Amino acid sequence: MRIGVLALQGAVAEHIRSIGLAGGEGVAVKTVEQLKEIGGLILPGGESTTIGKLMRKYGFIDAIREFAGEGKPVFGTCAGMIVLADKLEGAEEPHLRLMDMTVARNAFGRQRESFETDLDVKGIDTPLRAVFIRAPLIKEVGSDVDVLCSYKDEIVTARQGNLLACSYHPELTDDYRLHEYFLKMAEEAAAKH
Amino acid sequence: METGTSRVKRGMAEMQKGGVIMDVMNAEQAKVAEAAGATAVMALERVPSDIRAAGGVARMADPTIVEEVMKVVSIPVMAKARIGHYVEAKVLESLGVDYIDESEVLTPADDVFHISKEEFTVPFVCGAKDLGEALRRIQEGASMLRTKGEPGTGNIVEAVRHMRLITGQIRKVQNLSKDELYHEAKTLGVPYDLLLGVHESGRLPVVNFAAGGVATPSDAALMMHLGADGVFVGSGIFKSDSPEKFARAIVEATTHYTDYELIARVSKNLGAPMKGIEISKLDRSERMQDRGL
Repeated sequence: MRIGVLALQGAVAEHIRSIGLAGGEGVAVKTVEQLKEIGGLILPGGESTTIGKLMRKYGFIDAIREFAGEGKPVFGTCAGMIVLADKLEGAEEPHLRLMDMTVARNAFGRQRESFETDLDVKGIDTPLRAVFIRAPLIKEVGSDVDVLCSYKDEIVTARQGNLLACSYHPELTDDYRLHEYFLKMAEEAAAKH
Repeated sequence: METGTSRVKRGMAEMQKGGVIMDVMNAEQAKVAEAAGATAVMALERVPSDIRAAGGVARMADPTIVEEVMKVVSIPVMAKARIGHYVEAKVLESLGVDYIDESEVLTPADDVFHISKEEFTVPFVCGAKDLGEALRRIQEGASMLRTKGEPGTGNIVEAVRHMRLITGQIRKVQNLSKDELYHEAKTLGVPYDLLLGVHESGRLPVVNFAAGGVATPSDAALMMHLGADGVFVGSGIFKSDSPEKFARAIVEATTHYTDYELIARVSKNLGAPMKGIEISKLDRSERMQDRGL
């Protein structure tokens, strides 16, 4: 299964590596035309303001909405989760508005408050090491959204049908189970078509 | 729950990859940088070309400027401490800056020792012009590197030289035998374990950006072509004729550094870039890259 990683800015190579470890093939996606060649898309960590601007500039907003509309899975990590959200806390413009959730940026504070910890994620049998870097949080979710993990009563992993989002960076560890989970989503989506 | 781990500190730099980090001197410039798509800003009292022109001792910025910048942008804010100035770094950490640049652009406070960066929660970026400097900084705890280039000159030649030297040295190290590696560690003045890591992986263990002389969109793309993970632009933006246009164009050229038609398009009608300095016209004593080896 070929999975694209949006390569406008951010930690692209790490996701490509993790998808490879999970048994898929990861490719960097720089143009909207490339969306035709992939079965799932990862929106990586990076700076959401930068990624959002470049997405608008190169026509990725409509193209990814269409891609997700066809039932193909999209996985947003950290900045990618911000990009997926329907609403952002504060005055900020949302980007893709795909997932029914309200996300707060830099919700844990600045870099000195960044941390790593073990999380219990629904669908993954033993704790997952999660790296939070100036991480966002999910403040509210719609009724179609399934909460897969909370940390200190705040939502940090969620799924809505073919959309998956997490606050942290599964690509920065050698534990590729969340990528495996996403690959399975892509395989199931492909089987339906 | 653990803060300040190597993964958290190095990971922060990974998130900057493919991005442009811009020097800003006040809140207004910080907003221009963020709006143009900068992935972070470096809050300074003076950009390198002004430091060069002013002469005298260049120190950490007034905390007011750093705080002012932190207040108006949501992207990470970096700030510079003098080489070896532990207290300036602690002060910046206490302000809550997201990254500290232990920088040769400022006048070194210690002519022998760098800051022991391991013990800080905040991550550090340091300049390097060869593999020896790069690995020594990593050993001291730097979580990100950048080429030194020659700051404030608007001349890309030194950044190119440093990037080519480091990648060339990495290729050489990859091909050494084990007994040669022991000797090479001694020659470079670096810990054997770090050199072994480079030998096995063929890369540095942290992100390496280009810095020191980037003045145009093509300069930024050239550094990406040479293997930089991203770009710092110091004087190049706010010393150009139209900072907003330059900032946006450099961001786009960095993202699409192999799309030459795009780079041509964004380079049109930008106005004059910053005035540069020919390196040979620079007195040896004025070279910032020779600070902190």
